[in-house]
Amino acid sequence: MSTSTIHDIGYRRYDGPRLGRGYLVRSLYVHNVRAVWGLGRPARAKVMPFLLAAVMVAPAFMDVGAVLLTDRAEVLMRYSAYAIYLQVVVSIFVASQAPVLASRELRFHVVPLYFSRPIAPLPFVLAKFAAMVTALLTMTAVPVVVLYVGGLIAKVPHPLTHLREFLLALVGCALFALVIGALGMAVAVLTPRRGFGVAAVIAVFLLSSAVVLLVQNIAEFRTNFSLAGNAGYFAPFNLVDIVQVRLLGAERTAEAVPDGFISGVLALLLCAALVGGAVAVLYRRFRKAGLS
Amino acid sequence: MNATIAAMTYRAMLGRRRALLLLALPLLLLVLAVVLRATGGDDLDTSVQVLEKLAVGTILPLLALIAGTGVIGPEIDDGQIMYVLTKPIPRRTVLLTKLAVALSLVLAFAVVPGLLAGLILTGTTANVAPAFGAALLVGACAYTPVFTALAVFSRNAVTIGLLYALIWESLLGNFAPGAGAASVQQWALAVADALTSASQVDATVKLAAAVPLLLAAALGGAALGITRLRSLTITGAE
Repeated sequence: MSTSTIHDIGYRRYDGPRLGRGYLVRSLYVHNVRAVWGLGRPARAKVMPFLLAAVMVAPAFMDVGAVLLTDRAEVLMRYSAYAIYLQVVVSIFVASQAPVLASRELRFHVVPLYFSRPIAPLPFVLAKFAAMVTALLTMTAVPVVVLYVGGLIAKVPHPLTHLREFLLALVGCALFALVIGALGMAVAVLTPRRGFGVAAVIAVFLLSSAVVLLVQNIAEFRTNFSLAGNAGYFAPFNLVDIVQVRLLGAERTAEAVPDGFISGVLALLLCAALVGGAVAVLYRRFRKAGLS
Repeated sequence: MNATIAAMTYRAMLGRRRALLLLALPLLLLVLAVVLRATGGDDLDTSVQVLEKLAVGTILPLLALIAGTGVIGPEIDDGQIMYVLTKPIPRRTVLLTKLAVALSLVLAFAVVPGLLAGLILTGTTANVAPAFGAALLVGACAYTPVFTALAVFSRNAVTIGLLYALIWESLLGNFAPGAGAASVQQWALAVADALTSASQVDATVKLAAAVPLLLAAALGGAALGITRLRSLTITGAE
């Protein structure tokens, strides 16, 4: 005699509109963009990103000021060179903020909570990556816009050339954001311990740039120009510079770049591989964390 | 000194894959030195460049930053430091032990490889290798306490340390000579400058000024770290 029944104790069903997966991914993206800048967090989380952003745009303002005061257009920095001149600041920014996105949830073991909602690891990871790229794009593109607008105010000659260079430099900025963000996030997700992530990311950027510069200097000194050019493939900022020079028609900023259109294509392929590899690393790490 | 705290700190610094990160930096320097030696690019100009820019200018501050903040920063962050601080051990001992561990790591992973790289590159020419070895040693003794104190003071210690080592010392030091006077890197180079006869080594600070400043950085860092750790309170994570 089984009399067990399921009692209807009067909970109401939700039958309002469902916002869907797109909404979930968008919310995660917005949340992560805010997290990079420390918005919605205490003031001490905001200090570093905004300080670094200020350090990043300050030279652009000073440069525009110099152009306006001296009335010499050639003082205006090249748009495509800006991110490379200030690569240390970009590196510190990505080193200090990539662990915020890549390892905080891992450290506090809350990733399974995200995956208890209808979101798959890949969109989750892509939302994080897109947030980092957005933040880096802000870092690299805003000073370039400042330079361009400053140039317009100062009425520098050849406005059409400037417009073309400006737009191509923005493409370069997007590529910088993608490559730097990918490398930073991939290294940060592999070193979740606090402090170590920051150090590991900065070590990758700084040492690759320092060693490549050293090799290029020595190679040029010994007139081995092909080695000097090819060394550029091994540091992220140089890699994007190769694309800028060979595919986007920019002037060279790094010590040396390899010759020919084909080297630009190769550099672009390497950039794509870097981004793809980084997303794969992030995906695998977060999927594993979501299972536990 | 407390052997248990030292052992725990070593385990936290070298456990799992972290030792690889520490090992990768000096290995790169040594590989570069061997390659330069093998291809005959080890003239004095290049060698001094490598030792000055890469060993003293990059690897030393990076390792001092990783080791100096790593011995205490993560523990303060996640609150584990409480388990150490609530034991009847003077906080002075806690900090000095951790400082000693950090210093030994910097010695092992930056100073010794730097000296080796110097020997590979220059041999005994003009005392360049021992001079840079001494510079790395005094640099390590000044950087590490400063960064450890920074880790006790701030959660953003690594980023602040990077801003100091990369932007203040490297970028501003090149443009504004005034910034060079307040730079551990230049003080360390002053020691190297005094010990070698090679004219390529040049520091913006005189030795007579550098030595007291190095001492002040080392002792001041340790003292500030102890003072702050004495009154440390743990707040919520992040």
